Amino acid sequence: MAELATPPPPPTPAPAPAPKPPANVMPPEKAVPAGIRKVFAKHTEGTLLPNRLWPTDVWPNPWKSASYRRGALVLSALILAGTGAAFFLREIGVPLAALRETLHRFAEANLPQVPSWAAEAVWILAKALVVLHIILFNGLFLVWWERKISAHMQSRLGPIFTGKWHGVLQTAADGIKLLLKEDAAPKEKDSWLHSLAPALVFVPVLICFTPVPWGRDLEAANLDAGVLYIFAWAGLSVLGIVLAGWASANKYSLLGGLRSAAQFVSYELPRSFSLVPLIAIAGSLSLTKIAGYQEGYWFGFFPKWFLFYPVVGQISFVIFLIASVAETNRTPFDIAEAESELVGGFHTEYSGMKFSIFFLTEYAYVLLASCLLTTFFMGGGAAPLPFLSVLPSWFWFLGKTLFFMFCFLWFRWTFPRFKIDRLLDFNWKFLLPWSFVNIVLALPYIYLWKL
Amino acid sequence: MIETHSSSLKTDQMFINLGPQHPSTHGVLRLGITLDGEVIVKAEPDVGYLHRGTEKLCEVRGYHHCVVVTDRWDYVSAMTNNLVFCLAAEKLMGLEIPARANYLRVAMCELNRIASHLLFFGTYGIDIGAFTPFLHAFREREMVLDLFEMVCGARMTYNYIRLGGVMADAPPGWADKTSEFLKYFKTKLREYDDLLSFNPIFLDRTKKVGIITAEQALDWGLSGPNLRGSGVSYDVRKTFPYSIYDKLDFKVCVGEAGSCWDRYYVRMREMAESVKIVEQCLAALPSGDIMAKGVAKIPTPLPGEAYAHVEGARGDLGIYLVSDGTSCPYRLHVRAPSYINLAILQEALVGLRVADMIAVLGSIDIVLGEVDR
Repeated sequence: MAELATPPPPPTPAPAPAPKPPANVMPPEKAVPAGIRKVFAKHTEGTLLPNRLWPTDVWPNPWKSASYRRGALVLSALILAGTGAAFFLREIGVPLAALRETLHRFAEANLPQVPSWAAEAVWILAKALVVLHIILFNGLFLVWWERKISAHMQSRLGPIFTGKWHGVLQTAADGIKLLLKEDAAPKEKDSWLHSLAPALVFVPVLICFTPVPWGRDLEAANLDAGVLYIFAWAGLSVLGIVLAGWASANKYSLLGGLRSAAQFVSYELPRSFSLVPLIAIAGSLSLTKIAGYQEGYWFGFFPKWFLFYPVVGQISFVIFLIASVAETNRTPFDIAEAESELVGGFHTEYSGMKFSIFFLTEYAYVLLASCLLTTFFMGGGAAPLPFLSVLPSWFWFLGKTLFFMFCFLWFRWTFPRFKIDRLLDFNWKFLLPWSFVNIVLALPYIYLWKL
Repeated sequence: MIETHSSSLKTDQMFINLGPQHPSTHGVLRLGITLDGEVIVKAEPDVGYLHRGTEKLCEVRGYHHCVVVTDRWDYVSAMTNNLVFCLAAEKLMGLEIPARANYLRVAMCELNRIASHLLFFGTYGIDIGAFTPFLHAFREREMVLDLFEMVCGARMTYNYIRLGGVMADAPPGWADKTSEFLKYFKTKLREYDDLLSFNPIFLDRTKKVGIITAEQALDWGLSGPNLRGSGVSYDVRKTFPYSIYDKLDFKVCVGEAGSCWDRYYVRMREMAESVKIVEQCLAALPSGDIMAKGVAKIPTPLPGEAYAHVEGARGDLGIYLVSDGTSCPYRLHVRAPSYINLAILQEALVGLRVADMIAVLGSIDIVLGEVDR
């Protein structure tokens, strides 16, 4: 009270030349972070044009962009380097055969106590390891490639950070992540079958690679019944998928598993039957012999690939290609894992490494299908023109396989998905009858003109 | 249909709980589905997982504040929500809207229709299993959102259309940028047709699937592209013109068979019509005010009621607004097209297969924010 009663002190004669800003307000340059200030400046300047690039700005001529030109340059340099390396490496089947000889002679000379088959066993083991690693590294590469290709088809960039150059290590990083992930699965699962299923899916595809001729004298084993062998083993994978669907204790998984059983079993038929003309013409079931049969040229320049056999070759090729896409379980035939309907299909309840084995298998099947397409229809390692056979056969095989793998990716990112009943209709009412017709059409080639 | 399924071979029926977490329910819709093999015997849509009580929220907010709430209903075409609320409230208050504001409103709504249909196009592609159209659609949708950002700073919940006009005038350069977009977008519409609309697999999946007859559509109260896909030419913009739609030249796109593909293609053609409308708006954009004179800071309209409806991206979007003379609405009811369109699923899905169900659900194009409000 006493304080209130005291009169206020007389106002000081205010000189106040410049009014000082209040102490608690910082000048705007310091108070506002740079990003917000930029937006604010945009508003205050009265123009609010978007500062990100629109497609209309960048698309008319991509060659005007420096990064596009640089990318094209790097890519052509890589292809050139690969070609050069292939030219100097020559056929690697020859030195490998020499290596095997050396191994045998070494065992005979230095290790008399080991039995004579041991050296061959070591050699077979080494080949199996090489094939296994081809599949594993194919998974690493193909997933990355698919991401990049799908990204560029969808005007995105895809992975660009991991591994510095265009995200090359992205899949490796993802693989490590999947390895370290917890294996989460429903409590009601049939735990033994749930673990068995991924193995049952993966092992057949691994075995399927045995008779694949990667080049001249470059197959893991030259089996007389190679075609049958591959189809027999590949047909086993569906068992794992059905098991996965069953063991997951999930209705979506079950539906996915059963769908894929129907799909696999159906598409096996046209896939096998489409090859009957080829087998009859080549007169062998061995992949090496079939590839070898297509070497050589008509009129001295036109490759004798089965793809170019009039009518029969093309029908066979189309049926086999479609059935192969269906066998790999990828769009437009990915009804078994149809995301928009069945969440993840048969692998809904899989995670971590078990899931990634399903994933790996899918890509291994893509590689297998591409290899088979190359072997059956594009002459395996045969060069497309006579003078190009300066480059080794494995180079051509790889190139053709890569081309088909690209086609698989291309299909996936272009087409919508079939419906299960239409898919089966398409198989039974279109592909299968035509593959029979094709066998009839092939008769002249077998009996009249041996091309 | 279900009759063709042999009844002599009785199998166990399976109940599948589709959603609320499922990639194709476009949010948090739950469908209780009874399956016989892969054939649907019974489908029960279950809604309410995104209910936020926005109609009730409006009863305790001033009229200006309600506009913010409207953004959250159909969040992929929020401009039309803004517009319909403002139209209803302006009827109550008797406000006269300046011409420039009207043109801007219509241009924004039509751009928003493009953005919304693009989202439909993309997600429908994913439903059918084609992933690429989705990102192609989003590339163009981003450009529309850029245009919105230039005008109001927001990309999703705009709060741009206000009582009495619009929030801000179009900044310099906006009209040019919009024409640039429209020119570019017309070429892209053809590209979408090549990529998806006439793809044989896509046609096979959608052309004879999920047919809703005109009678059925009217019985269930469908509206918007779903109704027009069944061949009924009803468009609020033509039938009950609001704002400046009577001055604009555009067609009502109508489908033929009422199949999924018809509903899909009605939307694709509507985008072309929207392009035409925006072009006309830009050409005829008058100068002048963007906000009516004398809009109260705290409006207290006289007691009364008003109903306004507009052609939203999903159908006939209406608002019934009752005022008791206070500063807040007494009652607000939304006629949400998504909610009403959704109801037909229980009839349309029976007899279809699981894959068809996704095609039908996608073609109805619901936004759960609007269904549940």
